[in-house]
Amino acid sequence: MPLEAYLAVAAVLFVIGLTMVASRRNLVYVLMGLELILNAANLNLVAFNRFHPESHVDGQMTALFVIILAAAEAAIALAIVLNAYSHFETIRPDDIDTMKD
Amino acid sequence: MAALLSFILFAGLSIGCALLCLFHRSVVISAFSLLGTLLGVAGLFLMLGADFLAMTQVLIYAGGILVLILFGLMLTPGDPGEMQPLRIFGGLAIVGGGAVLFLMKMAGVAEWGSVEVENLPAPQPTVDEIGLELLRRDSYLLPFELASVILLAALVGAVFIARRRFEYVDEGGKA
Repeated sequence: MPLEAYLAVAAVLFVIGLTMVASRRNLVYVLMGLELILNAANLNLVAFNRFHPESHVDGQMTALFVIILAAAEAAIALAIVLNAYSHFETIRPDDIDTMKD
Repeated sequence: MAALLSFILFAGLSIGCALLCLFHRSVVISAFSLLGTLLGVAGLFLMLGADFLAMTQVLIYAGGILVLILFGLMLTPGDPGEMQPLRIFGGLAIVGGGAVLFLMKMAGVAEWGSVEVENLPAPQPTVDEIGLELLRRDSYLLPFELASVILLAALVGAVFIARRRFEYVDEGGKA
């Protein structure tokens, strides 16, 4: 398989993830879209690493740290979602607009 | 031939499940189809010779982050009228149009289709190399140690943010 095939899959995953962040009106969907975007970035990193043998495992190491940060981000974001629900009684991002006024 | 078939299988699994996750009305089915996407990406990692990363993806994403998301679903209410196909198609058109424009811009700059993965040297097992890189002082030792600090901070911060405040206020008022 050529490199472009993997890049195309990653691009499609990124587009779907960004659309999910932008157009679903539920904070949990925003989280799932973020995970999709991070997965697309990881796929790009690993694909470029495979097609560039002189870099040994550098791309995979970067992807590994992205996974670590994604785990931390998911824990914090879920805590924020639960807190926002108990405070605003809603998890629609459109309705949480206190700072707009 | 086997490489093409497995690529189509994994890529189709990840993209199809991602589309199902984007368009489905039920949050629970969306979360479980995200599992299919994560497993498909893990398969693509395996095809790219990243065996350790594929197993990490299955363990941490499918085993950890997805369970966190499911807990988030259980503790927040459902929102039945939330899914609006028009809004999703509009977002898909805008974001996808931007991506296509960017790819057309890139297509003129880069050389495409020059390297096939079959012509590269065969992938070696990466577990021992990743372990050595993580503990070598002039490569990834500092980020590795910082990652443990970040995970601890995230853990404590999540507990601090999500704790209940009003119970303490009530007990303080009584006493």
